[in-house]
Amino acid sequence: MSRLPTLFFGILAVFATSWLGLVVYPYVQLGHLQPERSATTGALTPAPLTSSAVAGERVFAANGCVYCHSQQVRAAWLSTDIEKGWGPRQTVARDYLNERPSFLGTMRTGPDLSNIAVRQPNVRWHFEHLYEPGVVSPGSIMPSFRFLFVERPVGATPSPDAVAVRGPHKPRAGYEIVPTQDARDLVAYLLSLDRTQPLPEADGTNGTKRTDGPNAAKEAKP
Amino acid sequence: MNGGMPDAESRIERAEIDRSLRGPVLFFFSSGVAWLLVGSLLGLLAAWKMVFPGLLDSADWLTFGRVRPAHLNIVIYGWASAVGMGVGIWLMARLCRVALRHRALLVASGVVWNVGVAAGTVGILCGQSRSIEWLEFPGWATPILFLGYALVGAWGVIMFRYRRPGHVYVSQWYLLAAFLWFPWLYATANILLIWRPVAGSVVGAVNWWYGHNILGLWFTPIGLASAYYMIPKVLGRPVHSYYLAIIGFWALALFYSWNGMHHLIGGPFPAWMVSASVVASVMMFVPVIAVAINHHLTMRGHFHYLKWSPTLRFTVFGAMTYTAVSFQGSLMALPAVNNLTHFTDYTVGHAHLGLYGFFTMTMFGAMYYIVPRLVGWEWPSARMIRWHFWLAASGIALMFATLTLGGFVQGLELNDPQSAFMSSVAVAAPFRFVRGLAGFLLMAAHLVFAVLFVRMLLRRGERREEATLLARVEDSATARTEPRPPEGGGITAV
Repeated sequence: MSRLPTLFFGILAVFATSWLGLVVYPYVQLGHLQPERSATTGALTPAPLTSSAVAGERVFAANGCVYCHSQQVRAAWLSTDIEKGWGPRQTVARDYLNERPSFLGTMRTGPDLSNIAVRQPNVRWHFEHLYEPGVVSPGSIMPSFRFLFVERPVGATPSPDAVAVRGPHKPRAGYEIVPTQDARDLVAYLLSLDRTQPLPEADGTNGTKRTDGPNAAKEAKP
Repeated sequence: MNGGMPDAESRIERAEIDRSLRGPVLFFFSSGVAWLLVGSLLGLLAAWKMVFPGLLDSADWLTFGRVRPAHLNIVIYGWASAVGMGVGIWLMARLCRVALRHRALLVASGVVWNVGVAAGTVGILCGQSRSIEWLEFPGWATPILFLGYALVGAWGVIMFRYRRPGHVYVSQWYLLAAFLWFPWLYATANILLIWRPVAGSVVGAVNWWYGHNILGLWFTPIGLASAYYMIPKVLGRPVHSYYLAIIGFWALALFYSWNGMHHLIGGPFPAWMVSASVVASVMMFVPVIAVAINHHLTMRGHFHYLKWSPTLRFTVFGAMTYTAVSFQGSLMALPAVNNLTHFTDYTVGHAHLGLYGFFTMTMFGAMYYIVPRLVGWEWPSARMIRWHFWLAASGIALMFATLTLGGFVQGLELNDPQSAFMSSVAVAAPFRFVRGLAGFLLMAAHLVFAVLFVRMLLRRGERREEATLLARVEDSATARTEPRPPEGGGITAV
């Protein structure tokens, strides 16, 4: 093995197999996927994202939510994900069609978010939780995202989406805490995360909106 | 490795090659050490944020989700890649027996690389992270890195092209391969993930094809090239088996490149992709065992050298860890094991064992050998080298142990359908606290090394005629029969 051409082409050819196998071929195989259109309602699965949710996806990326939160429900034969309440069915490639990039994640330091919109559909809960996670969700080690909120003087009437602060970071007298546009977008994105609709290729589809399991109960607003 | 050349002549030749390498290699090493300190500090901060979520939580740029990727990218691109390029260029020049030409250009490319790392880090902290693991730098920063790399890679290949006739050594295969694989990997990942992003779950496939290959086909070959050079060089004996080396090299190229999808077992992909990666991961036993046997049989009967040679102590620690971490990785790819370890701190422990216990320790070993030859000075303090070694070794051992155990109990809770999610956070908490303590040990190790490195560059300490060894070579039977370890600038053998 002392000839450059042998080494050179050997090195590149061997590597090319994985490039073709794990990059090019999946790109071709998964690249043509289209959303599923319901025969009765005409609704698309996955549903298109609103512009606010698209902006929220960037806030999600900018602040690194993916390092603690996965977005994938593994099949029942492989894991307890479905029993655990992360979703009624396995997530499949088509679930992620609208996302650039998709945030599958590799850690569950925090709960899986594949179906957070179903588990926790309340906008105000999300604002309160982002502002003071440890207070809203005792035991949580999620950092506070107070920097996505502003403190401003209360107008003639309090803002409808002012955060009801319970913890130590209360606003000064005569002021209120309101979400910035970034916080609104982020919550719009979180509320788009619903992969419970049936897809023919996903096993265990039943279209149930509510998931059971201990986490559904634990995260519900008191 | 020097053919039958007379010793004096080859010594002059080596000195000339070293002189030509001094500027660029020391630049890569110096910038690497600086980034190592910054990266360690950010890692330490991220670790303690997981224990005390309220720590420095008012500013957006210091939130966990930005500090963590900043830590990762700095240690990957600022430290590990830079020091890897320095070691790679030095080894390539020495083994090809060619002096470096146009070295100012290579220093310039080092500057460009570092500008890219700095720009990307600022981008992450300012909220432009892509949140694609190992590729968080914003799209406008990665071309700077690519440009910085291009010249280094080209230099490596050109040196190989113009090498002096003779045998091609195993380290040269690994280096040539790494220099060719990295640009392909980095370009593919950037085009498909950042510049012209693909839709849907293909992102995950490309992401982990890149994420695993940057370890397996960039850092691993550089680390193995260094170990294959340093172990025989310090011992003054040849590598045990040429054929085992060939098997190890080609099997690594073939199997490692297919490993990536084992990060996404159960994910939204066709089953064949994950299966292919699981099979390839298990097949990694072949190259790993080949390399382990080769290194072990080269070392056999000479383990007492670890008492006095800093290069060998760090390199052998790295090489042994390589075997351990690779075995662990193959087992983690088995669905039954992965089911427990996936999504937990166990994976974080594995990643640190690979990148730190294997790669970083091997690079420290290489630097202990190379820097004296570039500076023309011996390491000023054996005591500080000992402190560096024991702090680093105990730090990574403690970090690995605590994350592995913590990940294990966390995985049990995550898998238990009757257990609430929050109990997986609670059981992992004490282990994360100990991980933070291990971070202090590593930070201390790096501070010791940085001080030592700067003192070395400034030629501080007393002038020594012979290499700085960790212990006096004892006047025992073994020491009399063995040649003195050819460490440092004073003695060069083989």
